[in-house]
Amino acid sequence: MRNPQINGAGELQHLLTLEGLPPEVIGRILDTAVPFVSIAERDVKKVPLLRGKTVFNLFFESSTRTRTTFEIAAKRLSADVINLNIGVSSTSKGETLLDTIDNLVAMNADVFVVRHAQSGAPHLIAQHLSATGRAHIHVINAGDGRHGHPTQGLLDLFTIRHYKREFSALTVAIVGDVLHSRVARSLIHGLTTLGTAEVRVVGPQTLLPTAVESMGVHVFHDMREGLAGCDVVVMLRLQSERMKGALLPSAGEYFKHYGLTVDKLKLAKPDAIVMHPGPMNRGVEIDSAVADGKHSVILPQVTFGIAVRMAVMSILAGSQAPA
Amino acid sequence: MTDTALPNAEVTLSRLADKMRDAVAFDAKLIGIHSGGAWIAERLAGMLGGEHQVGFIDVSFYRDDYAKKGLRAKVATTTLPFEIGGSRVVLVDDVLYTGRSVRAAINELFDYGRPEAIELAVLIDRGGRELPIEPTYVGARLTVARDLSIVLQRQPDGSLELSVEPAEGTGGA
Repeated sequence: MRNPQINGAGELQHLLTLEGLPPEVIGRILDTAVPFVSIAERDVKKVPLLRGKTVFNLFFESSTRTRTTFEIAAKRLSADVINLNIGVSSTSKGETLLDTIDNLVAMNADVFVVRHAQSGAPHLIAQHLSATGRAHIHVINAGDGRHGHPTQGLLDLFTIRHYKREFSALTVAIVGDVLHSRVARSLIHGLTTLGTAEVRVVGPQTLLPTAVESMGVHVFHDMREGLAGCDVVVMLRLQSERMKGALLPSAGEYFKHYGLTVDKLKLAKPDAIVMHPGPMNRGVEIDSAVADGKHSVILPQVTFGIAVRMAVMSILAGSQAPA
Repeated sequence: MTDTALPNAEVTLSRLADKMRDAVAFDAKLIGIHSGGAWIAERLAGMLGGEHQVGFIDVSFYRDDYAKKGLRAKVATTTLPFEIGGSRVVLVDDVLYTGRSVRAAINELFDYGRPEAIELAVLIDRGGRELPIEPTYVGARLTVARDLSIVLQRQPDGSLELSVEPAEGTGGA
């Protein structure tokens, strides 16, 4: 199948998923994010790249951190940003997704940042735009259903590379609710594409997708075994609504088996880093002593997330529409 | 114009340093535009004497051809390890042509602060300006056909060399 993210000239046109994205494209995004990190340290935290462009943040599902970091990223590129929480406006009045898009295109949108509870919604929008001759408008997936969250995956990759350099020498453990996590899915695709030596997923059977091994990962149900010798530990948020679904006995029980404590972290390498996409549940998947400890790079992840989103937007908005 | 007509880069660099030595403020910051200008700024700091701090600027985020050409594949990090506000600055570039890179560099500098003064030092001035920008210090002036670019390269031993290549598209440095 043709990759709809890449246009005829081999340029990134949309960012919909990390699955199937060539390593050179991922590498270019990560490389481009490096100079954007230092812009946050200047007097004027802005560059004029996207001046005159209009970015619509379309959040059909609520999110504070992702929406805020996309908004900051677009503003630091000098774009005009419009935030729409569509869950509470048009759709509740019965408008379809594509009608909403057409209306915003009529307002001269240049970039759509889309968060949607349905997997594939950003994909559908990108296809609609190219089918209706508006391929110069770019779509960025900011999280769709259980499918993917590519910019989170990219910022995780950026963070790992920042602290650990070579992926080919790394063992990365992703711990927790992999089943419901689009973050985990994107990160696994990215890590395997970049040639990570070993990617592990660690969690109870009920929270791991069936046939997860086919994504090229090793499965561990025992957290101590899963953490042994790791360079990077990525903790996933336990969504409390899962507990009601009878997938888990209780938060206390979960923490006992899969919560990251100082004690368990000692099984990883002495210089291991601990990551978390947020929002964290302290005392459920991660102990405060770890979250605030010297191995934690959870807050740098947030800072890097802005630079990575700036890189994605500036590469997309600079790509030329296919003929 | 052929390769043989190009001046020697090292000789031209010495000439540029001679012109600057007594004219540049003793504490002026030398800011090289990536990548050729960065190499020259580093070399000049050693050749000029005085107390010149060196910084590097990548103007990719300020270029005026982004809408036409997109973002360049390799963007380096701008590194200015000193205050720009109140400083005397010498922007350094390898080849001055249209003046558009210098325009971008000046714009970027002002996002770091208000310099007391900005001067411009270039190894080669090849004419062809599209903006009202003039260099303060020039190593050599020459005329080159529009479809050629002059490219500065750094050899493994650190020495600099000039060559001529077919230009990609129009406009450029």
